[in-house]
Amino acid sequence: MTTHYLVLSALLFSIGAVGVLVRRNAIVVFMCVELMLNACNLAFVTFARQHGNLDGQIIAFFVMVVAAAEVVVGLAIIVTIFRTRRSASVDDANLLKY
Amino acid sequence: MGETITFWVLAVVSVSAALGLVFSRKAVYCALMLGVVMFSLAVLYAVQDAPFLAAVQIIVYTGAVMMLFLFVLMLVGVDSSDSLVETIRGQRFWALVAGLAFAALVGLAIGNTIVGPAAGLAGATQAAGGNVPALAQLIFSRYVFAFEVASALLITAALGAMVLAHRERVRPKPTQKELARARFFSGYAPSLPGPGTYARNNAIDMPALLPDGSVSRLSVNRVIARHDVDDDHFPEDAKLADAIRQAVEEEGK
Amino acid sequence: MEPAEIFPHSGGVIGVSWLMIALPLLGAAILLLGGRRTDRWGHFLGVAMSLASFVVGVLTFVELLGLGEEQRRRVVELFEFIPGMVNMGLLVDPLSISFVLLITGVGSLIHIYSIGYMSHDPGRRRFFAYLNLFVAAMLLLVLADNYVGMFIGWEGVGLASYLLIGFWQHKPSAATAAQKAFIVNRVGDFGLLVAMFLIWTTFGSFAYGPVLGAAGDANVPATAIGLLLLLGACGKSAQLPLQSWLLDAMEGPTPVSALIHAATMVTAGVYLIVRSGAFFQAAPTAQLVVTIVGVATLLAGAIIGTAKDDIKKALAGSTMSQIGYMVLAAGLGPIGYAFAIAHLITHGFFKASMFLGAGSVMHAMNDEVDMRKYGGLASVMKVTWATFGLGYLAIIGFPLLSGYWTKDGIIEAAMEHSPILGWLAVIGAGLTGFYMSRVFFMTFHGKRRWAEDAHPHESPAVMTWPLILLSIGSVFGGAFLIVGNRFMTFLSPAVGAPEEPLGFHPFSVPGITTLVLVAIGAGYAWTKYGRSEVPAVAPRGSFLTTFARRDLYGDALNESLFMRPGQWLTRLAVFFDNRGVDGLVNGLAAGIGGSSGRLRRIQTGFARSYALSMLFGAAVVAGALLLVGNL
Repeated sequence: MTTHYLVLSALLFSIGAVGVLVRRNAIVVFMCVELMLNACNLAFVTFARQHGNLDGQIIAFFVMVVAAAEVVVGLAIIVTIFRTRRSASVDDANLLKY
Repeated sequence: MGETITFWVLAVVSVSAALGLVFSRKAVYCALMLGVVMFSLAVLYAVQDAPFLAAVQIIVYTGAVMMLFLFVLMLVGVDSSDSLVETIRGQRFWALVAGLAFAALVGLAIGNTIVGPAAGLAGATQAAGGNVPALAQLIFSRYVFAFEVASALLITAALGAMVLAHRERVRPKPTQKELARARFFSGYAPSLPGPGTYARNNAIDMPALLPDGSVSRLSVNRVIARHDVDDDHFPEDAKLADAIRQAVEEEGK
Repeated sequence: MEPAEIFPHSGGVIGVSWLMIALPLLGAAILLLGGRRTDRWGHFLGVAMSLASFVVGVLTFVELLGLGEEQRRRVVELFEFIPGMVNMGLLVDPLSISFVLLITGVGSLIHIYSIGYMSHDPGRRRFFAYLNLFVAAMLLLVLADNYVGMFIGWEGVGLASYLLIGFWQHKPSAATAAQKAFIVNRVGDFGLLVAMFLIWTTFGSFAYGPVLGAAGDANVPATAIGLLLLLGACGKSAQLPLQSWLLDAMEGPTPVSALIHAATMVTAGVYLIVRSGAFFQAAPTAQLVVTIVGVATLLAGAIIGTAKDDIKKALAGSTMSQIGYMVLAAGLGPIGYAFAIAHLITHGFFKASMFLGAGSVMHAMNDEVDMRKYGGLASVMKVTWATFGLGYLAIIGFPLLSGYWTKDGIIEAAMEHSPILGWLAVIGAGLTGFYMSRVFFMTFHGKRRWAEDAHPHESPAVMTWPLILLSIGSVFGGAFLIVGNRFMTFLSPAVGAPEEPLGFHPFSVPGITTLVLVAIGAGYAWTKYGRSEVPAVAPRGSFLTTFARRDLYGDALNESLFMRPGQWLTRLAVFFDNRGVDGLVNGLAAGIGGSSGRLRRIQTGFARSYALSMLFGAAVVAGALLLVGNL
């Protein structure tokens, strides 16, 4: 049973990773990152149950805190960029090319 | 038994929602899909003897963070949607390959870590007298430093958001007098009334009228116009209906 | 009889005998470093230095005669040249002093002659500098008391020869001839060097005393050393197989041909063989090879000389032949050493006299060298005719002139040793009679075949007096040396003497036969060239004529055996270098450039493609950890 949870976590993580690679809208990319974080949380909680101590849940809690802070700052940045460029595409920052 | 059923149902739901998140064209749909994933994860936490985390997931993550996402989406442009054409050659294909490889490898890796039956959290929670007290004990004893640092982080994040989103006013705010003067000196013919003078509606679904009486196509709300076209339900005014149709056509090009 | 013991010496003229080398060297340095400023008096300085060297040489000779016979080998220590290996010193003994007198005496006369001969040449000062350099190097060669010092002198004369053959640098033929001489000499030098290496490893010393004293011991590779020394001698003395450079060396000014390529430098090989006699006496095989080389060369030189129309080239062929006689005598052992050196000295006189005479003729005929354009010069150039004539009579072995004594001595010694060698030498003498007479009659007798603008006249006194002085030597030199075995006794402390000294038998069968053959040869030459018409253009001639005209195909042989394969080898190396090595390097550079050009496209600038590579990397790490088993 526990293994199933872990496999689900890995699957969600990979889907999130592919989403980061494929989407161009910055906010959607951000959402995929959130998905990855959530998948990790699931793994932590599962391991907490597996080992029988609550450290996993504590870590998941802190991950949530950090994710919240990160979303705040990240979205503020996206808003600022959007104000100047009027576009939220991640492909716009491409000057460091060959 | 119950757990198994719950798990499988929610697993299917969350994976489908995740795929929907990745593949939706409209950003708002993505946000909603993410909300679905988070909800199902909350239920999974609850099933795994983490009720506190389940509550926090719904209240903080889904309730606050996702809403924040939606607010910013509205700010940025809710009707903007990604084009389907991929600009980087081979990106989709290789992303798929990498994703499959990664999923397989990590799934294999993680899946093989469990060697015995789950210990269960019954013992740990009982010792402390409940899930929340147990968590509280851990946070404020072993992880107190991390707790303090996390709070510092939150404060910093809040400050950072304020700083980033702040728009510094570089000129004093123009008064009514200055605005009027500017309007007159810009060549604007004062004989015609200002915009909105002849408006008979201020509903959001009514487009604005230009001074010569025609409908300003720019002011047609795209979302509502699309709905009108799809539902085939146009306003009675022919000009408005035309304008709505044309706006949708233009956008479709 | 063994050579005498060598004594160290200090004081007296012998003690300052190094002045003989230092003075001309100083002269050369002054003239070369001084440059055009010394142009006006440069030639006088050159002559002065050469004469000063001659004076010191005579004084040394007199002092040497003052010592008893067994005391006549003296070593003057100079300085330590290579620490632990070579102490430079000078060995003054009868052999070296004979050479010294010849070099400085004939050399000084040629210096004086050159004042007149080169008077119209703007490079005259440079000419005298090189001549002085040559004299210094040649004296070092014969005076050094060890093989290293001799080698320094050996290389020095090679250098001087190169500089002087190519003196008229603007002429491509001269430059090529100089290079050819140097390169062929190098082959001989290689032999000499390897011999010196063997000497060092065998004896642990280079000095003549210890080395030659122990040459006869067991475990000494005497045959190898002997053959290698012979190779060196062949290069310097233009013997077979290294004879090809001598005729081309006639591109140099005539005084150079007289001094270097007749009287002195080409005799250095003979000096080497005689000085290293102990090795040859310990290795009969090497001795045999020496005599064979000598006989082969004396015949080859004679054959070449018969077909040349260029007066200098004919004389060069004669030089090659006469040195063949000397080498033959040197290869006979102690019997022949004295005759070899005596013939060397008399040859120096009469050959130098004939070369200078040829120079005088060329000077009179606007530098024309083709004898077919000479004829009947006897009436116009009396002194030249007389001195050249005396030299000619000496070389063919006219009785009582110097060549008669020395050359017939060699023939007799050869006959003693082996009849085949002796009779071949007799035939060579007959050929000499023919071709030298041909030269003499074509030049000075018969009808005048001059060009339109030729007005031959006698040369100035500065050129004729050396001719006269040299011809005195041509006439009396041989008798002075050979009669009463005077030279043999003089030389014996230096080289040892045979058990029974060879008496001179003028009326033996070989002697009479030689005279008869010479007479026939001279007579035939008179009928063909003195009395009848000499065609203006050389007639085609038979196969033998072509064979002789083409230097017995020596050049052709060298070209096909060495030059062409060498060229192919260098072309192959160049090809390999251009395509292979350069191709490799350039290909590597191009490869790197091309691959980097393609590789840089990974840097698209898009964050998403970088994220893709990150995901790939993460997958690889996960896979690696799985493999290792840590997860």
